[in-house]
Amino acid sequence: MLGLATHLGANMAFTLYSLIQAAILCVNAVAVLHEERFLSKIGWGVDQGVGGFGDEPGIKVQLMNLIRSVRTVMRVPLIAVNAVCIVLLLLFG
Amino acid sequence: MRHAASLRRLRRGEAAHRRRPARGRRGGAAVRGLTSANVTMDLPHHGYRASKQRGRPAPMGGESVLFDDTSTSASQGYYTPGYNMAAPSNDMQAGVNNLFTDPMANAAMMYGSSIANQGKDMVNKEISRFMSVNKLKYFFAVDTRYVLRKLMILMFPYTHQDWEVRYHRDTPLTPRQDVNAPDLYIPTMAFITYVLLAGMALGIQKRFSPEVLGLCASTALVWIIIEVLVMLLSLYLLTVHSDLSTFDLIAYSGYKYVGMIFTMLCGLLFGSDGYFVALAWSSCALMFFIVRSLKMKILTSLASDSMATGSSAKPQVRMYITVATAIFQPVIIYWLTSHLVR
Repeated sequence: MLGLATHLGANMAFTLYSLIQAAILCVNAVAVLHEERFLSKIGWGVDQGVGGFGDEPGIKVQLMNLIRSVRTVMRVPLIAVNAVCIVLLLLFG
Repeated sequence: MRHAASLRRLRRGEAAHRRRPARGRRGGAAVRGLTSANVTMDLPHHGYRASKQRGRPAPMGGESVLFDDTSTSASQGYYTPGYNMAAPSNDMQAGVNNLFTDPMANAAMMYGSSIANQGKDMVNKEISRFMSVNKLKYFFAVDTRYVLRKLMILMFPYTHQDWEVRYHRDTPLTPRQDVNAPDLYIPTMAFITYVLLAGMALGIQKRFSPEVLGLCASTALVWIIIEVLVMLLSLYLLTVHSDLSTFDLIAYSGYKYVGMIFTMLCGLLFGSDGYFVALAWSSCALMFFIVRSLKMKILTSLASDSMATGSSAKPQVRMYITVATAIFQPVIIYWLTSHLVR
């Protein structure tokens, strides 16, 4: 892959697999944020995200909602995806 | 028969609406006459109401509108395609008669066609679980006149006056009837052309191997995916309620490939100077196009969002998104084509 990358000059040669790897790493990073040890300490917990009604939420509340929903939804699939990724990396380097 | 009937309908509608006062361009009046004729007679009243504010129409009864070629009927007189189709069908009749005399072959053909239909239904069912095929069909309902006008607008958008996407009873018009509607045909074709052109450019520099073609294609695809994801994320985080669906964003991101192809061609033909001149031209044109198109969609979205609280920050934030998208285009054009035109 490095030889092919030099074919394309200074360009980063992306493949779809590297995109998938980057996505897995990002989602892992979001899933690892612990609720009571970290997020509440910096004021991003689930109980601190209530704005007024009729008010549009604002970027911090949206971000907190996004983090909370990613952690809730992706917790179980990430186990499977990470296991597959580890096996693939062990087998194929 | 159906083709002739729909052509008769179109010409009747066109003649009836020609007496309206034209607004300046004759093409505009004809398009509007054609639009209203098509729309009042052929489109269904409401396809379905999607969860977004304005859903795309489902072509339940209007299949003929989406898939007939309307470009020839509007401009020149219509030619009869019957001449071309008569000769091969005569030959086919003789062959098919021979086949039908043998009952075993007949039964085998019936069985094979029923299996093929079953397979086709199964594939359709599986695909429609992931994405709505009707919404996708809307984006590919184009004709040659639309493609030509859109390419001209992409390369020279400064004289185009009316950027508003027209609606018909709260559903957007298909690209055949409205030149401002986004489509996915041009981005797809431009992407494939870009990959082929990149292969050719690398071959000229004697750096070609077949794997590089796939690598170039996936690199460009990854950049589109990244851009669409960043746009979706920023639109969500800043609570901009526009009716831009994912396919719309893919379409607007894919229009930059037209600029890339033009830039690469000039770079290959005229050397390094031609490359930079074409890069500047297509960057400016593309930035203007993106800003004008997205301004309509993002900045003038729903009235319910313009509550008094914090609304002073909102148009500014939306302008940031639009301008950031526009600035990103020339950067990515340069990034993806410069290594090919050394």
